[in-house]
Amino acid sequence: MTNFSYLDLLHLVLPEVIVVITALCVLSVDLMFLRTSESRFRGPVGAILSLAGCAAAVGWILHTPQSANVLDGMLALNPLAQRVQVALLILTMLTVLIFIGSTFTQHVSEYLALILLATVSMMFLVTTQNLLLIFLSLELLSLSLYILTAFNKRSVRSAEAALKYFVFGGISAAFLLFGFSLLYGCSNSTNLVHIASSIQGPFLDPLLIVAAVMTMVGLGFKVAAVPFHFWAPDVYQGAPATSAALIASGSKVAGFFIFYQVMVIGLAGAEGSSVWHGYTSGWVPVVAIAATLSMVLGNLVAILQTSVRRLLAYSAIAHAGYMLLGILSHTDQSFRALLYYAITYALTVLGAFGVVDLVEEATGGDRLSDFAGLSRQAPVPSFCMMVFMLSLAGIPPLAGFFGKFYLFSAVLNSTPRSLGLLWLIVLAVAMSAVSLYYYLKVLKCIYVSDPPTDTAPIHISVLRQVVLFLIALSVVLLGCAPNLLLRWL
Amino acid sequence: MRAPCRSTGPPDHGNLTMLAWTIYISFLGVPLLLLLPKGSVRAARMLALLTTATGFAVTLCGFAQQRSGELVTVARVPWVPSLGVEYHLAADGISMTLLLLTGIVAISGVLFSWNIEHRVKEFFAFYLALIGGVYGVFLSFDLLLLFVFYEIAIIPKYFLIAIWGSTRREYAAMKLALYSFVGSAMVLIGLIAAYVVAGARTMDLAQLAQFPFPVHFQMWAFPLVFVGFGILAGLWPFHTWAPTGHVAAPTAASMLLAGVVMKLGAYGCLRVAMTLFPLGLDPWGFHVLGFGSWRDVFALLALIGIVYGAMVALVQKDFKFVIGYSSVSHMGFVLLGLMTLQQIGLDGAVLQMFSHGILAGLLFAVVGRMVYDRTHTRDLSELETMHLSKAIPFAAATFVIGGMASIGLPGFSGFVAELQVLIGAWRPFPLFAVFAGAGIVIGVAYTWRAMQKAFFGASDQSAETASPPLPAISVPERIGAFILIGASVVIGLYPQLLLRIIVPALRSPMFNGLWKGGGW
Repeated sequence: MTNFSYLDLLHLVLPEVIVVITALCVLSVDLMFLRTSESRFRGPVGAILSLAGCAAAVGWILHTPQSANVLDGMLALNPLAQRVQVALLILTMLTVLIFIGSTFTQHVSEYLALILLATVSMMFLVTTQNLLLIFLSLELLSLSLYILTAFNKRSVRSAEAALKYFVFGGISAAFLLFGFSLLYGCSNSTNLVHIASSIQGPFLDPLLIVAAVMTMVGLGFKVAAVPFHFWAPDVYQGAPATSAALIASGSKVAGFFIFYQVMVIGLAGAEGSSVWHGYTSGWVPVVAIAATLSMVLGNLVAILQTSVRRLLAYSAIAHAGYMLLGILSHTDQSFRALLYYAITYALTVLGAFGVVDLVEEATGGDRLSDFAGLSRQAPVPSFCMMVFMLSLAGIPPLAGFFGKFYLFSAVLNSTPRSLGLLWLIVLAVAMSAVSLYYYLKVLKCIYVSDPPTDTAPIHISVLRQVVLFLIALSVVLLGCAPNLLLRWL
Repeated sequence: MRAPCRSTGPPDHGNLTMLAWTIYISFLGVPLLLLLPKGSVRAARMLALLTTATGFAVTLCGFAQQRSGELVTVARVPWVPSLGVEYHLAADGISMTLLLLTGIVAISGVLFSWNIEHRVKEFFAFYLALIGGVYGVFLSFDLLLLFVFYEIAIIPKYFLIAIWGSTRREYAAMKLALYSFVGSAMVLIGLIAAYVVAGARTMDLAQLAQFPFPVHFQMWAFPLVFVGFGILAGLWPFHTWAPTGHVAAPTAASMLLAGVVMKLGAYGCLRVAMTLFPLGLDPWGFHVLGFGSWRDVFALLALIGIVYGAMVALVQKDFKFVIGYSSVSHMGFVLLGLMTLQQIGLDGAVLQMFSHGILAGLLFAVVGRMVYDRTHTRDLSELETMHLSKAIPFAAATFVIGGMASIGLPGFSGFVAELQVLIGAWRPFPLFAVFAGAGIVIGVAYTWRAMQKAFFGASDQSAETASPPLPAISVPERIGAFILIGASVVIGLYPQLLLRIIVPALRSPMFNGLWKGGGW
């Protein structure tokens, strides 16, 4: 372990290095050559550079797949993690594509660089099994996201949202660090695998319980599970649409990945059980409670929302509830199902924020009434929004449906004999039936309501329409042919 | 792929691969319609008519090929191999009957929406998407695939009603969508549980039907899935979406809703709930309030639906609500027929699905298109003063024929079907059969009342001159009406045409569990 050259390390983390260098390039090109040019020119240049960098990283990962576990789990590369990295990079690229043409800021290059740094931290997050690096990546991710949230300096809401996010995030980071320190104290190691092997025993150490709960608080905040969800609605509403899209998509995927890793690898042996009439203490019942609360609260509160961004925030909370089911059943199959769900969900919500952004630029708001009659003014984005909303509601043949089916059957299949987790599945399916109501409400505004009479026709750039349409197409495609992604996970 | 419509030799059951094209053609019509240039109203109508007509032609072709009514595979390829899910389309006599129904109602629905002027392209796009989903359900023999098509059919219904509907359209549309979705959520839970209990290897209907699910599992899974599908079939007391939905919907959509979509529910009850969980129909071994099994419970609910629907129809003021509640009543016969577990009862139930689909379509066409679009009122007391039998005699004649067929006059399809259901019900539930017969009598009453009020109003001559003349009945309407009446008469006079494929399909090994389980 000690004889490990930096050159080898550099080779292993080359994709991350590429993205970091891209971030620096974006910054310096803008600073040195483009300071004086117009902002509508600077945006695309920075975006193209970022896209090229991400594409290069994707190319490298696909070209030279690597497996390694070095430096006490600091870097645990395996095919699955690398594929998740690719998914994260693609999500970032789509976010950047949606960002092109946004006018809320003059500091385009700084914004893009922050997105790329957030991406780097997500990439590290999914390739590590070491508490220290997990914490560092989470902090890097959070700090980038705080700034991205506050980036719209002209909007008070943006600042308010960032402050809330920061305060809550800071507290949860403290919890997480406290939990990690206790885990280290219990096991004398920061490697998840070693932690698991040292906590095996017939009874759970009380200290370990505290550690597990603290850790779950920190991670639960990251994925916006109830009761750690309070930041989500405000951030989703106040942040610039692109930042909100990144928070809702890439950061969610990475968050769930590491949540699963910490719980299932790090706390193996302390699972407990949450089957009906068969509770035993451990972390699974705690996750089950969080999942239940998230599904119920997220879906019910979303019904009341009149702002589409807040609606998406509560729906994100509800979806976090569904995804937590994939963690608590902790089988290999449920992990794949969770990843499929998280990736397709990220794609869908990214597109939804793209449409919200369009509508905000045209009408100045994200209230349901601002969407009235959109289908008559902008048919393509309306169609895309229909695909996204129906996919979130779980209507086939869209990706959201197959994700739900796969996830629920995987969860139920973790106890095939007794169907012990059936109660959670019943709740989840019932709640997704509730969710159709508010998703249809959005579509009703778009398709059924008449447009206000005095509006000018909306002008939408072709690039944006193409990007949104491609995202919608991939949501349909992944639903019709889920094997495209399943084979890969 | 559509070419081979010729017979290929005696031993096989015909080559039915072209049936898959009913689905593809319908869905293909959607993007084609949307790509039409702005304002091309006529082209959109023609394209929709062409699409539905092609679908119907393909179905007819398959019907001619389908000789024995046994299960014939249409398409079968792996879809998600890691989960054992297949893209498996197949058709037996029951599917074939309902495909035929879908084709007929779809064509006449287009003909009866010839006067739609508002957002025409979108209207027909949603319409075709709905049709495609319906064809898909009737052809699917993989449960996940069936469920996918079943849910695809929900969303177009919502938009058809919410955008082009009338009375309280947004409320009715949302109610319908949520009822359907709650129903399908129940079905989904049952399907996932069955999939997992059977080892999570296959979703194939035939293979799962062979799997011996434990009795205690079937005892809760059966009612869950049956009610889930039953919601869409108008099972009392979950029927309330149906009258409001039918009334609010534009004519073509109410024709499809009552004619075809309610059959999706009944089809699911038979094809999924009863096939997978036949032991769920067995006696519980104890009695609660006089009920000894789920079979008793659902038979009673079906009976209540028959009588309640008829009595409520008797007192409606809105013409369309009369037809809406009559649908609930007639669908009660389907569900009662299923619960008899007698072969003749099930034959009757399937035939009743076809018959009611045609007749409900016809009656909604008269009320929604011929009467309401001209008079702009559906209030029976207002219609009474309009002397519609003189103003639009064709509509009156059509309604008389449709009404007669619907109350079970011999010579029409309704008679054969309801008679078989009653005979089937006689052995297990003699009392219920009597009450269901009474339901038919009330049916005569409400049909008579509606007919008399709407078309043959009070004979005072005062209002004769007051109202301006109504537009004449157009050619598409006449064609549509002839198609529907013709279908009902043909089946009424020669039910063997359908029974020859329905009966062997119901005797196939897939339904063996029913006869062994409870019926005989």
